[in-house]
Amino acid sequence: MSGTEAAGARMSRRPSLTRLSDAVGRGGILIPFVVTFVALSLASPSFLRFQNLANILDQQSGIIIVAAAGTFVLIAGGIDLSIGAIYGLAAATALNVASSVSSPAGVVAGIAVGLAVGLANGIIVTRFRINALIGTLAMSFVVSGIAAIVTRGNLVVALDHPDFQQFAATRILGVTSAAWMMLLTAVAATILLSRTTFGRYVYATGGNAQAARLGGVRVNAIRVATFALSGAAAGLAGTIDSSRVLSAQATSGQFLTFTVLTGIIVGGTSILGGEGSMQRTVIGCLFVALVANGFNLLGLDPFYQQVTLGVILLLAVGVDAWSRRSE
Amino acid sequence: MATATSDQVHLDVRGIGKSFGATRALDDVSIPIRSGSVHAFVGENGAGKSTLGKIIAGVFPQDQGKLYLRSTPVVFGSPREALQRGIALVAQEVALVPLLRVAENVFLGAEPRRSGFIERDRLAERFQRLTTEAGFDLDGNAITGRLPLAQQQQVEVLRALARDADLIVLDEPSASLSGHEVERLHEIVRRLRADGRTVVLVSHFLQEVLALADTVTVLRDGKVVRTDPTSEETEASLIAAMLGRPASRTYPDKHLPAEDSPAALTIRDLTAPGVRHVSLTVRAGEIVGLAGLIGAGRSELARAIYGAAPAIAGEIHAGPTPLAGSPVDSIRAGVALIPESRKDDGLFLRRPIRENVSLTSLAGLHRLGFVRRRAERIQVAGVLVRVTGSSLLEAPAGALSGGNQQKLLFARALLATPSVLIADEPTRGVDVGAKRDLYELLVDLATGGVAILLISNEMEELLGLAHRVVVMRLGRVVAELGGPAMTEAAILAAAFGTDGTAAA
Repeated sequence: MSGTEAAGARMSRRPSLTRLSDAVGRGGILIPFVVTFVALSLASPSFLRFQNLANILDQQSGIIIVAAAGTFVLIAGGIDLSIGAIYGLAAATALNVASSVSSPAGVVAGIAVGLAVGLANGIIVTRFRINALIGTLAMSFVVSGIAAIVTRGNLVVALDHPDFQQFAATRILGVTSAAWMMLLTAVAATILLSRTTFGRYVYATGGNAQAARLGGVRVNAIRVATFALSGAAAGLAGTIDSSRVLSAQATSGQFLTFTVLTGIIVGGTSILGGEGSMQRTVIGCLFVALVANGFNLLGLDPFYQQVTLGVILLLAVGVDAWSRRSE
Repeated sequence: MATATSDQVHLDVRGIGKSFGATRALDDVSIPIRSGSVHAFVGENGAGKSTLGKIIAGVFPQDQGKLYLRSTPVVFGSPREALQRGIALVAQEVALVPLLRVAENVFLGAEPRRSGFIERDRLAERFQRLTTEAGFDLDGNAITGRLPLAQQQQVEVLRALARDADLIVLDEPSASLSGHEVERLHEIVRRLRADGRTVVLVSHFLQEVLALADTVTVLRDGKVVRTDPTSEETEASLIAAMLGRPASRTYPDKHLPAEDSPAALTIRDLTAPGVRHVSLTVRAGEIVGLAGLIGAGRSELARAIYGAAPAIAGEIHAGPTPLAGSPVDSIRAGVALIPESRKDDGLFLRRPIRENVSLTSLAGLHRLGFVRRRAERIQVAGVLVRVTGSSLLEAPAGALSGGNQQKLLFARALLATPSVLIADEPTRGVDVGAKRDLYELLVDLATGGVAILLISNEMEELLGLAHRVVVMRLGRVVAELGGPAMTEAAILAAAFGTDGTAAA
């Protein structure tokens, strides 16, 4: 570096405040995550048990799969509010097809339904230039409506098809296949985002769409791809959860959208696009799960859990706004 | 020039120091600013001139030193406090509410009101009085965001006057204006001075400073080099003081391309939004300047060539390859664009320098979709050393100064090894030293066989760099000037569509 010192001096770096807030943003969520983890280990003897941790992973598998894909959407400058509805429709579809055709067909159908809705979202947002927030909100009504029609508002059960349960509930090394699929998705998403040209284009699209276009990025194609990923992931998550319990309900994804967005944003991915990372999303989701688990283990009033989550979300967005302040 | 100014000091800047982190932005700066004078601050980017302007207007607090307003020590905690003492800042970027009407913006936060309701009649009446006094021709009912930038600046000035400011800091007021707009701005400055107000002018444009200011302070690396009456300075003396060394020739030698060098960019009868029936050829190794007033269609032409805006009719070829009308195709055909606005159209300020530079070249830097990160680092570092003399790769682009950000766009274009480079205002907002570097890069590229289409509002830049100048007006090419015919007067005459006498 010493050779470039003279040039470096002319590069007049920005104030160190920005760098400090960058550092907070970067390490960000890891610190509260570790603190919570340690605190729970000390406070509750059952927390550190393998079974509890494996349960957390199993329960979070759907959420983290959807959040990993949703991270692409957010970084590319979009938002997908239809993931909960897609999840519900995919769960019902997968279970229906699994019981009427075969388990593998059920899995394919669940994911395909999600992918199709995701593509439709992408086209609505790019081709028809409808704001992503509104477009996917509208889509979520359409999709949950379809799911309610398909299931006639009933609980769909397939208790007579235990083979479908193997998809999500097979134990490998003591951990469910659902958790393994989540791990695989997270690793693949991390590589896709940080190592590939696609990942670069996603950051560029969300960071400055006009500059990305002039820089040779097919901005609309990238946006469609992120929504397709998000839809397919919601489809997979719905399939996994319907497989686990062999039942599904059109409304089962009601809270998923907000749980997922909370995990992504608490992780530190900006809702303004152009920034974020997969590792942060995973840790963010796990952090939210730890808080919930902690309330359970310590027998705290679950009403306070919601208040706590809300405050955490506000803090996360506040930190993001603060780190952008200097611009 | 100094007839209207008194010897009374309006604002005495004494021993001001300011640091941003480890960067010493201002160091022991002392400047007496006389009442009723136009006082200019000049210096390279990063010399501290804007920072000083902002401290005077209460935007930043100083770390050391004091401000004396008519001999009384003052401390400003905010721009609002400075405004209460009659000091207003008209910033580089206009800070108006775009959807409000002009008059509402002027009186924003100080509306005449009765029991909470704005009194529209009184507001209109006050606005009328104010514009008449200032001699502005502004419609108070116009939606501010729809006005041209020059008029939005006038709204800012009015806003300062509406609060009885008698010291107005203009921070790079003409950076985004051109031609006649700049002329109107200069009239405004002269009028403010004639009214007995004090104007602090922070500017890159030395001719502007020499034409308007009574006194000029040269800053370098946060320190005052000297404060002198403008009449004792010349452009050369100011540049020498800013650089700390005598000014070398600003423009590198021109290397004419070989007579038989092939056409690298051919445009036939192109019609696109803002562009009408343009035909143009740029040969390999040639620098063709594109002159014209703002709105003449130059940037529109650049965008149409690059495929950023759809062509309606006509043909564009890069060498033998027809351009299909999208940036992706143009990049593939060897066309690179340095866009007009680096912040809006060019950079990803929060992403690392490396990613900013490699973006357009990723097509050649991956294996099965995976970025070849080592190759990327090596290639980006190589081109950065050539362009900026630094191989800093991982800092966010937004951490760099304006000049270095502009260099990143050059680095990006260079890395794509284009055969045609369209450079739209490539030295905008860049200081003298960095400008010289960019000129050398452009000439180097041309010498290496790249065909360059150079758009610039700076006449000197076009004359100093281009082998040929094409002048546009109202979307059409109205003149093509080369050799001895390429003069400032001829270009202006063509740009304004008048005789040379009327335009000069």
